[in-house]
Amino acid sequence: MGTSRSTNPRIAAGILALAAITTLIGGAFAGLVVEGVQDTSGALAAFDPYLFRVVRFTLWQALLSTALSVIPAIFVARALSRHPNFPGRALILRLFAVPLALPAIVAALGVLALYGRAGYFADLFGSISGQSWPGIYGLSGILVAHVFFNLPLATRFFLEALDIVPADQWRLASQLGMGARSAFRLIEWPAMRASLPGIAGLVFMLCITSFTIVLTLGGGPRATTLEVAIYQSLRFDFDPARAVALTVLQIALTMAVVAALMRLGANLAGDANLSVAPRRFVSASKQETAFNSVLLALALLFVAGPMLATVIAGLDAELLRLAGETAVRQATGTSIVLASLAALLSAALALSLVMARRALALRRGKQHQTLLESVVDTGAGFVLVVPPIVIGAGWFVLLRHFGDVFAVAPVMVVTVNAVMAMPFAIRAIRPAHDAASERHERLCAQLGISGWNRLRLVEWPVLRRPLMTALAFAMALSLGDLGVIALFGSDAVQTLPYLLLARMGSYRTDDAAGLALLLGLLCLALMMLADRLGKDFLPR
Amino acid sequence: MTTGAAIRLDHVAFSYGEAAMNFDAAIEASAITAVMGPSGSGKSTLLNLIAGFETPQAGRILISGMDVTRLEPAARPVSMVFQENNLFAHLSVEQNVGLGRSPALRLAAEDREAVAGALDRTGLAGKEKRLPRELSGGERQRVALARVLVRDRPVLLLDEPFAALGPALRDDMLDLVQGVHEERKMTVVLVTHRPEDARRVAQRMIFLDNGTVAASGETEFFFEPDGPAAFRRYIGTEQKVALPPEIARKTT
Repeated sequence: MGTSRSTNPRIAAGILALAAITTLIGGAFAGLVVEGVQDTSGALAAFDPYLFRVVRFTLWQALLSTALSVIPAIFVARALSRHPNFPGRALILRLFAVPLALPAIVAALGVLALYGRAGYFADLFGSISGQSWPGIYGLSGILVAHVFFNLPLATRFFLEALDIVPADQWRLASQLGMGARSAFRLIEWPAMRASLPGIAGLVFMLCITSFTIVLTLGGGPRATTLEVAIYQSLRFDFDPARAVALTVLQIALTMAVVAALMRLGANLAGDANLSVAPRRFVSASKQETAFNSVLLALALLFVAGPMLATVIAGLDAELLRLAGETAVRQATGTSIVLASLAALLSAALALSLVMARRALALRRGKQHQTLLESVVDTGAGFVLVVPPIVIGAGWFVLLRHFGDVFAVAPVMVVTVNAVMAMPFAIRAIRPAHDAASERHERLCAQLGISGWNRLRLVEWPVLRRPLMTALAFAMALSLGDLGVIALFGSDAVQTLPYLLLARMGSYRTDDAAGLALLLGLLCLALMMLADRLGKDFLPR
Repeated sequence: MTTGAAIRLDHVAFSYGEAAMNFDAAIEASAITAVMGPSGSGKSTLLNLIAGFETPQAGRILISGMDVTRLEPAARPVSMVFQENNLFAHLSVEQNVGLGRSPALRLAAEDREAVAGALDRTGLAGKEKRLPRELSGGERQRVALARVLVRDRPVLLLDEPFAALGPALRDDMLDLVQGVHEERKMTVVLVTHRPEDARRVAQRMIFLDNGTVAASGETEFFFEPDGPAAFRRYIGTEQKVALPPEIARKTT
């Protein structure tokens, strides 16, 4: 199109955003390289048998978590799809959206409150096994928490795949008298199999980079993943060379997984929206209905259990005393300020990249994508390859040469969380922005609406809601994050998750439960806001 | 008030993916010219080039003798009405028309007067505060025409703006265009795929085929038995229906 001259500010904004992201990630890599060069022997010495045990455990727990999440999800999704009028179906779907909003540390606490040594089930399990219940720490705890997060996620993805099956196929199936078994074999399984590699890959990726859950539930060197080992080498052993070795391994591992995922065409940014089931023509037999009911009830109990435990344990805590504590108030204030800033930065980065991508696509017309456009387009997804701990670790080893590492905590928390939430913000903003651009581009060019006028009269009314969605989503993600603050946090700068971890560490379980409830409710409220705002922002 | 301006496409070359186009045409000032041709022949591209949404790879576009080839769309003496998406969905009828006066939507008293007058002229009085989604398809295109009136540019390009409307409504809209043309005498270029529309309002016609001007001239000349062969092939059976019944009978 001939409108390139008036779109240059948009491209410039995108380049600026790319530069900022590159600086953040590049700085981290620079830190790692400098450290590696300075202490090469130390970094190489870190490749000891212990490290390989850590790598093995990282992979093993991710593999188990994936299998335990994805395989049951196939059957839960199928049950949900075959019983569109199942009582409580809407509730289940709504509940299955909650883990996506919950901070990992809150979920970890919920799992402990339920299955821990002093958990609600401890007496029951103790009387069954005939000895005192040791609580689930280590691999079992990690698996339960990972499944709590990823079973609902995988279920929702599979359900989406099933919802794409055209209604006519179901009509045909019922006309031909297909039973449950043949309908699964001929219709449902092919639909789900297509998305299986992508879903399994995504879950595997999430589990391999999982930090908070392994930190809080892993308990000890026998159940440590690379991310937690990076954290320990920096915060406890203070062995930067070792951290470099671990980080390089972590990056190599995630790169390999992501490369595999890209080949499978997985979508790395999850979606918080619920799907609506189309009309079905399925008549399930009595046995099948019974089986599915039991399956759904079990899934519901498994997912709702830790949530309920969080609420009950939280209400048991002395909430009023907690709310009166200066440390709690300060941490809440710090969390909200940092998360708001991260959300604003995240939305600004996302909007810049979205606008630049569109402007570049318009400028080239039908010609091939330029390198810049493809970087702006897909580059955003690549930040997911680099876990927050890795960026944090890189800057940590770099900045310690220049003074107090802990003084930059707020900057690190804001920037890293902003970049981490960016792919989700892009997903919220881009469809509305591109659709609006599609409709308005020629009109704006003709009427000479550009720059500030265009932002005010054309973009803002259309993008207001998706921007709010992106802000709320990004804010919820940063509020719950423990990765960066675990590295950079100190008594001077504490966020809610950091304070929660500290209280857990000093065995003040009641306080932790109260804080978890507070944090969980905050994030849930933000996610509900994001979901509500995101529902109908496309103009009719 | 401006009157029409002549348009000249001087060996304008443009390629769109595989399809290469080369237009050389003169469009008469203050006339209504219909542009016809098979799909993919370049009708919309021709209009997009004149409006400035596409930039030619070679050649010049002159309006009123002035070279506009490198001008931004907003700087050209041209208004264009598209088949759809002529309105901002979140702005009222009044605001959508007002944008024709000020891209910042800062309207002086006389601008408001012009907007009210244009809405009146297009039969939209009383609907000023409505949003586009509260209007019918025909009314939306009337809003677009009202904006054309307040912009008051010497050239009006219509890219099949009434194709989605029913027959009676389409005739009303063509009458409106014709009426406005009589008052303002701007140069109107109308892309259509219906020969009867061209015959109804256009004095002149351009027939495009395969990215070039295959024929141009008086509209009536095209419909004569010895009119351009390419055009006669294009309308084929449609012409038989359009002709008087006794001729149609002879051919059977």
